[in-house]
Amino acid sequence: MSEELIVSVRGLRNSFGDNVVHENLDIDVREGEILGVVGGSGTGKSVLLRSIIGLQEPDEGEITIFGERMDCATAEENLDLRRRWGVLFQNGALFSTLTVAENVQVPLREFYKNIDEELLCEIATFKIVMSGLKAEDAPKYPSELSGGMRKRAALARSLALDPILLFLDEPTAGLDPIGAAAFDNLILELKEALGLTIFLITHDLDTLHTICDRVAVLADKKVIACAPIEELLALDHPWIQEYFNGPRGRAALVAAD
Amino acid sequence: MSVEADFTELKENGERIARFSGRLTIARIGDVPRRLALLEHSPSKIDISDVERIDTVGAWIVYKLCRDHDAEIVGASEHAQQLIRQVTIADDPAQTRRDEGGRVRQTLERIGASTLESLSSLKGLLAFFGGLIMATGSVIRHPGQMRFNAVVQRFETVGVSALGIIGLMSFLIGIVIAQQGAVQLRQFGAEIFTINLIGRITTRELGVLMTAIMVAGRSGSAFAAQIGSMKLAEEIDAMRTIGVPPMQALVLPRVLATTLLMPLLGFYSTFLMIVGGGLLCWISLGIPPETFIMRLREVVPMTDLWVGLIKAPVFGMIIGLAGCYQGMQVRGNNEEVGNRTTTAVVQAIFLVIVLDAFFAVFFTEVGWG
Repeated sequence: MSEELIVSVRGLRNSFGDNVVHENLDIDVREGEILGVVGGSGTGKSVLLRSIIGLQEPDEGEITIFGERMDCATAEENLDLRRRWGVLFQNGALFSTLTVAENVQVPLREFYKNIDEELLCEIATFKIVMSGLKAEDAPKYPSELSGGMRKRAALARSLALDPILLFLDEPTAGLDPIGAAAFDNLILELKEALGLTIFLITHDLDTLHTICDRVAVLADKKVIACAPIEELLALDHPWIQEYFNGPRGRAALVAAD
Repeated sequence: MSVEADFTELKENGERIARFSGRLTIARIGDVPRRLALLEHSPSKIDISDVERIDTVGAWIVYKLCRDHDAEIVGASEHAQQLIRQVTIADDPAQTRRDEGGRVRQTLERIGASTLESLSSLKGLLAFFGGLIMATGSVIRHPGQMRFNAVVQRFETVGVSALGIIGLMSFLIGIVIAQQGAVQLRQFGAEIFTINLIGRITTRELGVLMTAIMVAGRSGSAFAAQIGSMKLAEEIDAMRTIGVPPMQALVLPRVLATTLLMPLLGFYSTFLMIVGGGLLCWISLGIPPETFIMRLREVVPMTDLWVGLIKAPVFGMIIGLAGCYQGMQVRGNNEEVGNRTTTAVVQAIFLVIVLDAFFAVFFTEVGWG
């Protein structure tokens, strides 16, 4: 695996009023890996994601994506960077007034104005099918889809621009175990086929065991460990031990073996 | 080698070859899809060994060419092969939207649908009214179920907070009526009749009607939006599960608030319209306030005030009902909340004006003209 860094965060500090969420946080995402991010509720996993993708202005710290400093980028450079990553939000964040196909076409239309309708339609179709939906689901509205299908439709939209980097915020939350396992496989399959680098926030221990190359643990306002899961299991930190060696953690370990 | 995607047609050993070069990616695809559509001869081989970079869109274009002309792809890297395999799974382009038929049919369908919609909406409103009466009945039988806090809270938002805007509006309308009336009546030297105009039109009609329109815009819309968002967030379902009937907890306090406050607000509005009119009479026509009030007492019969005050609670109830009913009808997505809010205001104002016409005829018939 290449050691090139796709995302690198140094000395990040985020706070809301008096509540400091991150203090001196460092995290790296290497090219071609799936990095899982775990942490208790309220440790700022989503805030970290929002800082990296530029939805939240950090108090301090450097964020470098594809070798470019986010805070120094001009609006145009910023747009160009955005084109190279896709984001799957926790609840899908599909535009409710557009059909699934139109949702997938939104980023395409926004960035590439001269693609003709026929090609747009074909692109939307194969993105939707690639994400595990059926072509018949394309003209449906998000409110007509089940939770799992909505996640897949949102994944199709995040893949619309053929990103190199994919951010996933709790992709398997709210899915049944079978659906979650299928979604894990889908992510792995797409990562292999499209050469993606994935930053994945999750609580799902099975996801961590089956698809993550490395896992970063957020606690005490920073990343306290970032390593393959076997190495984490050996660490002597109370939260890590409780998380991975609790009853659910052990069950997931058994399942992964 | 240029960066833009490009392709050339070659002939080698009697075989037609389409050779792609450059970056076959969505950003660099340029006019390649258009040129490919105009291809005259079918290639038997597609050579992509010169392609610098390829993404799923490039893979799709190559695959489509290969499918349409039954050609063979050569020189694909492992990555390209993987991408092509990924896109092959989606063969037929799906519809972006469902088929909606021709334009004439669409128009007819829309007319039909909105006719049915308004009929069923009226029917629904009637059923909702029935439900509300049942809820009221059960509250009367068990007064402990009455949610006084909710009612008082609604009193504040519907009534007290509206005093400023309704007062200002009424005062200005009073001035406008007096001024316009004076201009017309001056032509006959009958300026003194401006007082008749102000006194009678405000107490009978405008005071209550304008207040109703204002309350529909302020509170009716708020009811629809509040209840609509609660419906989307499944709060209403949660209430039902816990055993709190939404009719009692949400609808009754709101309808009660508009019903009880409309007469008060209507009276307040009428009063300020008369104040505005009186002020204009004093300043512009030189009629002193004492004379104005004396004359007002002579020309405005008490029944005019009753006409206004009898209509007010009915209008209030319609506004509250329409707002809550439309809020409860919200289903699906956020856009629906906006639509239902608009419908609530339109429906309330429409029904208020229709009923006002009936009231006008009725009161004249019973001799309160």
